[in-house]
Amino acid sequence: MAKVVARPELTWAERLYFVEIFKGMKLTIGHALKTLSNPDTLTTLVYPEVQPDLPQDYRSRHRLMKRPDGDPRCVACYMCSTACPARCIEIEAEEAGDHHIEKRPAVFNIDLLLCIYCGMCVEACPCDAIRMDTKKAILVDDARHKFIISRDQMLDWDPSDYPDTDVTSQEAPGGKLNEEARKAFESGTGH
Amino acid sequence: MKVENPAGDIVELMTINLGPSHPATHGTLRAFCALDGETVSAAACEMGYLHRGFEKMVEQGTYSMVLPYTDRLNYCSAMLNNIGFCKAVETMFGIELPERCVRLRVIIGELSRVIDHLVCIGANLVDLGAMTNFWYFFNPRESVYKIWEKISGARLTNTWTRIGGLYRDAYDGFSDDIRAVVTKIEHAIAEVRALIEHNKIFLDRTKDVCVVSAEDAISWGWTGPCLRACGVDRDLRKDEPYYGYETYDFDTVIGTTGDTYDRVMVRMLEMIESISIIRQALDKLEDGPINSTDARVRLPNKQAVYHDMEALINQFKLIYEGVRPPPGEHYDATEAANGELGFFVVSDGGTNPYKVKVRPPCFTQYAAFGEMIEGSLVADALPTLASINIIAGELDR
Ligand code: SF4
Ligand code: SF4
Repeated sequence: MAKVVARPELTWAERLYFVEIFKGMKLTIGHALKTLSNPDTLTTLVYPEVQPDLPQDYRSRHRLMKRPDGDPRCVACYMCSTACPARCIEIEAEEAGDHHIEKRPAVFNIDLLLCIYCGMCVEACPCDAIRMDTKKAILVDDARHKFIISRDQMLDWDPSDYPDTDVTSQEAPGGKLNEEARKAFESGTGH
Repeated sequence: MKVENPAGDIVELMTINLGPSHPATHGTLRAFCALDGETVSAAACEMGYLHRGFEKMVEQGTYSMVLPYTDRLNYCSAMLNNIGFCKAVETMFGIELPERCVRLRVIIGELSRVIDHLVCIGANLVDLGAMTNFWYFFNPRESVYKIWEKISGARLTNTWTRIGGLYRDAYDGFSDDIRAVVTKIEHAIAEVRALIEHNKIFLDRTKDVCVVSAEDAISWGWTGPCLRACGVDRDLRKDEPYYGYETYDFDTVIGTTGDTYDRVMVRMLEMIESISIIRQALDKLEDGPINSTDARVRLPNKQAVYHDMEALINQFKLIYEGVRPPPGEHYDATEAANGELGFFVVSDGGTNPYKVKVRPPCFTQYAAFGEMIEGSLVADALPTLASINIIAGELDR
């Protein structure tokens, strides 16, 4: 059954226009008074003095995860750059030194002006080496080349900004399942 | 411009370009109008004014890479487009989705429809000079965007569905957030209706303005709220139900006249129906998996990838090769906020789509725009443009 949109005819008081205008004013002034008496209810932010409060898993600028020894966890498998719809990840592999790991990235650049922040690189990574949880979503700079971030820029983060909870892990491969991933890493079955 | 009218008189017409066409705006349109004073004597709409190359670009990447592009079709309800495209590919495979995934898609899809209507009506009323309503609608809309931030990690270009599942599950407290926000939206709808429903200016400027008859609407190929405003009871959720829409209790909303008033009010009442669907779906939402376990389409879960060689190989195959629907052609449509959003996908069995043709709802509506405004005032043409809800990103792909 379909509902039919009613087409009411105006009464003479409504056609007078002023009555309705006053009713409307009552509503809008009510809103104004409510906000004036309690400005915290305002939806708008005094940007840029007040920055938006983003959730930790908001898709923001990337960072690269580290192994306990500080090396990048990335094994230069090129999965992220293959999955990237914007094709903005540039990786060059080198020998890792450790034969269990084989490869690591010598170059790992992301062009943030091309990046569309879709998160597909994070989803593609088989060893949780790249994440997008820096909350840096608003980037400002004065030259295009400054938006191409390098491996070292992405490795440069402070662990105290990312508390090690059961949903995030800093030291071992693993996403949501930190404990198990850590065990896998330590027992050598991890990748 | 001097022209001769059918009666043989020479009249002086002024030609103008109508529509937002600044290069920095995200959607550009052009309606070329010939004005006789304030009356539009003739109008022609130009398609392809905003060239995005959606259909060509998606041929360059895998099926998963199409998803971020769909966000940018109708960006007011990005997730409805995600759902539409994923559904098309999933049907090609014949995949059954887990129940929780379907319910979440219904909830998020309906909420997207609601915010799309909020923008459309809000902007429509601004074109009539009623700015306040816009803010009353945008406050709850902002609360919805807060939910989007949490569930998908992005505000506008959400890329939230995946072929065979979802990018992320709902977070803790999701149901409460949604219930709170729909109550807010209901309150906003009540306030805006109180402001406009008996407002002489609003009624005078929308009733019997730019009327489209049911026959015309059908022959133009209209769908969605605009078609329903002309009195045609057609809604894919009712007529060709998918995602279990037949199990929800809701009504379609139709108009009687097909004027701007009907188009606004159909959307207004549809939001109330959508909210009722959201509540019913939340009541039935149960815990469970959100992704299909079909290894041909969906990445294995990360726990398996870290431990298990098979899962790792599966991950490699899906990233390096992507999903490969069986060869053939397939058309699949969903009821998006604006009408029937269809994807015609041709697969040659490879990893990239051979062709993806989008059937956007705006396209047919905008095609009729020129004819609709001929004979009306310029001031009425703009609210009419807003009432057929043209989103240029979708119009020109
Ligand atoms: S977020 Fe998307 S576009 Fe950006 S680097 Fe990752 S995959 Fe590429
Ligand atoms: S970040 Fe992950 S997916 Fe990308 S190359 Fe490194 S290990 Fe592979």
